[in-house]
Amino acid sequence: MSLTLDPATTRIPDASATGYLVEDLSVTFPGSTAPTVQGVSLALAPGRCLALVGESGSGKSVTARTLVGLTGAGASVRARRLELDGRDLSGLRDRQWRGIRGQRVGFVLQDALVSLDPLRPVGREIEEALRLHGWGDRAARRRKVIDLLSAVGVPEPELRAKQRPDELSGGLRQRALIASALALSPGVIIADEPTTALDVTVQAQVLDLLEAAKRRGAALLLISHDLAVVSRLADDIAVMRDGRIVEQGTAREVLSAPSHEYTRALIDAVPSAHTRGSRLAPHVPIVVHEPGPGERRDPRGGPVLAAEGLVKRFPGPGRTSRTAVDGVSFSLAPGETLGIVGESGSGKSTVARMALALTEPDAGRVLLHGQPWTEASRGIRRPLRREITAVYQDPLSSFDPRWTVERIIADSVAAPTRERSARVDELLDWVGLPRGVRERHPLTLSGGQRQRVAIARALAPRPSVMVLDEAVSALDVSIQAQVLDLLGALQQQLGVSYLFISHDLGVVHHVSDRVLVMKDGRVVEHGDADTVFTAPQQPYTQQLVASLPRLERSAPSKGTA
Amino acid sequence: MTATAAPPLSRTRRTPSPTLLLSLLVVAFFLAAAIIPGVLATHDPLQFDLVAALQSPSLSHLAGTDEAGRDLYSRIIFGTRESLSIGLGATALSLAIALVLGVAAGLGGRVVDAIVSRSLDVLFAFPMLLVALLFVAAFGPSPATLVLAVGIGTAPGYARMIRGQVLAVCTSPYVEAAHAVGHSSWRVLRQHIVPNAVRPLVAVATLSIGQSIVWASGLSFLGLGVAPPSPEWGALLDAGRAYMTHAWWLEVLPGLAIVLLALAVTTIGRHLQQRLEGHRA
Repeated sequence: MSLTLDPATTRIPDASATGYLVEDLSVTFPGSTAPTVQGVSLALAPGRCLALVGESGSGKSVTARTLVGLTGAGASVRARRLELDGRDLSGLRDRQWRGIRGQRVGFVLQDALVSLDPLRPVGREIEEALRLHGWGDRAARRRKVIDLLSAVGVPEPELRAKQRPDELSGGLRQRALIASALALSPGVIIADEPTTALDVTVQAQVLDLLEAAKRRGAALLLISHDLAVVSRLADDIAVMRDGRIVEQGTAREVLSAPSHEYTRALIDAVPSAHTRGSRLAPHVPIVVHEPGPGERRDPRGGPVLAAEGLVKRFPGPGRTSRTAVDGVSFSLAPGETLGIVGESGSGKSTVARMALALTEPDAGRVLLHGQPWTEASRGIRRPLRREITAVYQDPLSSFDPRWTVERIIADSVAAPTRERSARVDELLDWVGLPRGVRERHPLTLSGGQRQRVAIARALAPRPSVMVLDEAVSALDVSIQAQVLDLLGALQQQLGVSYLFISHDLGVVHHVSDRVLVMKDGRVVEHGDADTVFTAPQQPYTQQLVASLPRLERSAPSKGTA
Repeated sequence: MTATAAPPLSRTRRTPSPTLLLSLLVVAFFLAAAIIPGVLATHDPLQFDLVAALQSPSLSHLAGTDEAGRDLYSRIIFGTRESLSIGLGATALSLAIALVLGVAAGLGGRVVDAIVSRSLDVLFAFPMLLVALLFVAAFGPSPATLVLAVGIGTAPGYARMIRGQVLAVCTSPYVEAAHAVGHSSWRVLRQHIVPNAVRPLVAVATLSIGQSIVWASGLSFLGLGVAPPSPEWGALLDAGRAYMTHAWWLEVLPGLAIVLLALAVTTIGRHLQQRLEGHRA
């Protein structure tokens, strides 16, 4: 997709633009004693991209929002300097900020679905941004909207401008949002996790778009937790933790020779081809206990799970039907990890549901230990369900909200009641949770702890296969690293097989022995993980691998376990 | 997407607000009145004393006396049991009907759902008063009729709520997870679907008790419920109507009892609702 910007619709920021200067910024929210952001200094220069990297809760989004005057009611913002193109912004009123947002500073948010008015066509939304700043007359604004949408690579802009956000795909929505942020060619663009919810190929397009804006002279602040995304776009990187910047420097310096240990841990935690077979978070100890008798699965023998020509159709609009899965076959050996990658809508989750026999295939079948599984009657299937368990992306919603951790895990334990308690303790040990969490509700646990509870529950019935459907996708990098390490250790000890489903190529490459690449319900390529990712044969896989932003690592910065 | 935000801090035990304390006190008082009216009352509620008829509130008659010289305070106290049991009974009946219908509609598949939902729509179309009149016409005015009338009249709303909850819970990932573990459908229904579908109703039910008391009193006032000389609150209001102009206490004080109890129960209900829905842990 070409992403050249029409010169007629873009304005080169004038020479007086000096960017955004922030010195010693502190933000404190009412009710908290410690500042959420403390002593942050940043400089956004025209034509350069500064990336603000950090995990959830590090204060990076608060920083971004403060730079556009949206810190939130009651927050106290203090800074020694807060200057946009030489103009002091400290103590501006809401009204004055409105004049700056959109015109001088464009703000791109993470989730376009909630950031766009659901009742308004996207074209109108963008036009609104122009109208607020008194740009042109109505007809000119309409033309400008179409220009902007085509400039951000939205096909059929006239049609799309009339559609509401829910009628657009995630990628198109995000581009519409960027179009509205770029509408007035602001000299500074602040993008808060602009690609986080997007598929890799769409992510690549959005990154191209931001890069184009940078090239024409905009100062870009990119907020992200994804170091690979950052490494593609950023000239400078600032690493945030607990509201402070722990390290700041050029992208090359920070990524290849990180000076702060937190930065180093963050970089090491990124799973990719380089990290296969090694621990991602070596500094976090894993205590894996010796498996009890009968606990370890026999590594020999035939495939534990086999799918043969799976087909699933869902009713579409009218009398049509949509084929979600079309002729998918695979087999999973004992102790093996099979990765399934694909973008959203590729049918990978439907495959997972069929493997779990929660969705009946329209054609084809799944065999569990060589026995009919999807074809078996419900009565036969029920006792066998202990053999194949699942971990989902959002653990919290997969727990009964009334239950404590103990009850959640005990519910899956296949043992007489009096032995359950001991087994729950054992499982908590396995997944590295303190026994003290037994009485807690998952709501009071952190994201990583919740996922550990989910893993403990999945291990409870001593399964031979675990289906991991985007099981680490919602976690912060460092937590994701620990959970991946844990999964690896458990597999080694227990010999359990994983069906690992993810949209994240790096994660899949890190964990998988073999890989299945899916697109539009079909398997486009499958084979050994290294072969598929390093020498992809199919054009789609090549495109997928090429659009993956890679973390440029130089010297072996990663720790080995 | 970055990981979920830091877990909420464990809830600190807040000291209950004065309104809540007051409400608890009021409810406790009326509960005591319902259980042991003899202890709280100062006079026999049915004792005529024509010399002392229509006295305004004083130390010897805390809430004054009625046209037959009966002590109004004692009558209100003795009426509590009836008013309260009608309120509780109607709520219990209403929720029981709603639970059966709601779960049936939610789980029964398309045909059952359509039949139940349409029947509920029909019930909805009738004003409560009309439903009540129907029952009174059929069974004659009595406390049992009141319970039936108010219970059935308020059930459709709750049934609809439960149906929606059941549908939502059924498609929730934790129900699927329970199926995936291999639990039977019956166990999933018992352990997950019903408790989670009914949970939001705990608070609503409390709110509904106050409402039912008001309804029942209203019907009695119209002569459709409990008849005098029973000291049921609505009946007290009805009886005092004729003397309203020169004996205000006959209307105001029983009315105040209804309002106080309904308000107190509703306040507690709201509080419960906030606690249950605000934090699920």
